[in-house]
Amino acid sequence: MHVTSREFGSNARAAVADANLRQSLATMKTGFRARRAEAVAALPEFEALRDAGKAIKDHTLTHLDHYLERFEAKVTESGGHVHWAGDAEAACRTVIGICRAHGARLVTKGKSMVTEEIGLNAALEKNDIDSVETDLGEYIIQLRKEQPSHIIAPAIHVRKAEVADLFREHHLEFDAGRPLDEPRALLDEARTVLRERFLSADVGITGANMLVAETGSAVIVTNEGNADLTQLLPRVHVVVASIDKVVPALDDAATILRLLARSATGQVMSTYTTLATGPRRADDADGPEHFHVVLVDNGRSRLLGSPFQDVLRCIRCAACINHCPIYGAVGGHAYGSVYPGPIGSVLTPALSSVEEAGSLPNASTLCGRCEAVCPMKIPLPRMLRQWREEEVDRNLTPESARQALGLWAFAARRPAVYRFGTAMAGRLLRLMAGRRGRVRRLPFAGAWTRVRDLPAPEPGGSFMSRYKSGKEQ
Amino acid sequence: MPPAAETADTTAPHVALFVTCLADLFRPSAAFAALRLLEQAGCRVTVPPRQTCCGQPAFTSGDRDAARDQAQHMVEALEAEMVDYVVAPSGSCASHIRNHYPALLRTHPDPEMPKRARHLARKTYELTAFLVDVLGWTDVTARLDATVTYHDTCSGLRELGIHAQPRALLAKVQGLELREVSAPEECCGFGGAFAVKYPDISGSMVSDKVKDIEATGASLVLGGDMGCLLNIAGMLKRQGSTVQARHVAEVLAGATDGPAIGEDPDSR
Repeated sequence: MHVTSREFGSNARAAVADANLRQSLATMKTGFRARRAEAVAALPEFEALRDAGKAIKDHTLTHLDHYLERFEAKVTESGGHVHWAGDAEAACRTVIGICRAHGARLVTKGKSMVTEEIGLNAALEKNDIDSVETDLGEYIIQLRKEQPSHIIAPAIHVRKAEVADLFREHHLEFDAGRPLDEPRALLDEARTVLRERFLSADVGITGANMLVAETGSAVIVTNEGNADLTQLLPRVHVVVASIDKVVPALDDAATILRLLARSATGQVMSTYTTLATGPRRADDADGPEHFHVVLVDNGRSRLLGSPFQDVLRCIRCAACINHCPIYGAVGGHAYGSVYPGPIGSVLTPALSSVEEAGSLPNASTLCGRCEAVCPMKIPLPRMLRQWREEEVDRNLTPESARQALGLWAFAARRPAVYRFGTAMAGRLLRLMAGRRGRVRRLPFAGAWTRVRDLPAPEPGGSFMSRYKSGKEQ
Repeated sequence: MPPAAETADTTAPHVALFVTCLADLFRPSAAFAALRLLEQAGCRVTVPPRQTCCGQPAFTSGDRDAARDQAQHMVEALEAEMVDYVVAPSGSCASHIRNHYPALLRTHPDPEMPKRARHLARKTYELTAFLVDVLGWTDVTARLDATVTYHDTCSGLRELGIHAQPRALLAKVQGLELREVSAPEECCGFGGAFAVKYPDISGSMVSDKVKDIEATGASLVLGGDMGCLLNIAGMLKRQGSTVQARHVAEVLAGATDGPAIGEDPDSR
């Protein structure tokens, strides 16, 4: 997976200073959060559903080989083909192979995070196959040549006026003077353009929200219906899905669907929920002639049995992202990974390396809100901390931080040394504060005082010294 | 004040006060207020002399070995076997002992250590939760004529479920009006080392928090964790706000005569 997470610090700094971005993020936050809260409050059994969803995924991950093979057997039985891809390159190669076999020139795509992860669009382009994203947000960022900045609202960082400019630049077949101020006008124009692509595409590629082992079905939910047109109209339907998407039975899929939309957008159900099972049968009115599923591992099987296995329960609802104060401050692009927010900070080092993505797990206050809203109860803060432990184990933490911590650890176990250190620190900070109650600029830890003052210790010494000498004030 | 031994009521709960490193260094008056509150609630309070820090700096930095050694030091220092309870004026430190010490010390060369860690974890509480949930005590006698708001700190709220307890106690303070912020579950941006590792993000978060606090019209923000309070007070001061910040124990103990956090020492 291509990541640029090493630049998180400087990206974040720029993002925080970007007023437009802050406004987009503020709107996003309040909207998603309020709607989820409403949906959860309206469903008394939501907590019980979370437990049920977690149990389904835990069971499936324990028997992943069994359910994947069962899924494969069912797909084959229904006339489809399953392809196993160990890594991103193998997955792209497989998809391109299918496209070539059918002489495809134009591919439509439903929104899919795993195809972002494996860089499928770039691979298709390199092989002279045109691919068009059909989810409006994805279509916008494809035109902008950007990565998604949010896993369910990929163009959340783009403002309406920017979309209008973008459409004028790319949709040259329309009258240059047309009005594009209203969201409706933008939608209508995108629909007109995309409708033509839907009808002329040779291959439709979608992701999958779940794969059902019992029936060999791929479940996909959208609010735009674009995935349906993507998978029903072309001759070939290719599902690209990661191996953690499989669930045992339709009942399990139903349980998880009840959690998914509520956690994501606060909807009871997404507008469209579609199950694709094999190619079109003799008496089907429509559907693709060929049905392929590419199962992508790309580092996931490595997580089985590791402290990070629980992250494979993720259903990509984005509740953790929507409630993350860090994401809310910097947006998705700062992360340098297609997966931003808490889930991204846990998943990115797992799918790339802790060397490349190590700054992400550190960019968290461990406030715990992500875990509190996760429908799958993934212990994200615990895993963020565990990545930090990996960093320490591999000596990747900066020397200065290591020295400071070493000094602290030495003193904290020796009360006499610690009291001396506290007294010195207290005196020094009081000296720097002067007659004031706060320090405006620290020579060390200047990062603290760059943005805020540091309240100085109260005069009179530490609690322990005062208590010992019997002086309260 | 007569020596503790003479007034010792053997039926009174014996509490060890865990001062916490930030209160010890930055805000002794918050720890004295906690001590006074516990005594008002009928406890016999000891301050174990070898206590230092709970070890979160190491734990959240990923230095598990240092976190484990520090946990061991604190298990020994807090003399858990000698007291009925350990109480800290901090949700974050109390949560660290309660939720993480048993795991940190699960395997240890000293076969007694895992048991001692579990024992300590079970009897450690955050101050307001201890007063309300364990003692069932809300007989606050303090008075403060002020409009205040309460900042729920993340570890207290989500790891220990502290929400109703400080409010139940504040409701007994005469003259006090409590107004809630619009986004009470939002982190203030402290996060220990996070505040200096990512000052821009931290600054953006605490600036939002301060805006929310100011919008309540309160003249005072209270909280149960010194880390968050140093962050919030530091931003209030930087922005020249007139809103003051105090540890909730100070208000509950009626100890609001001295300067608020970050206020000039001779301002009163």
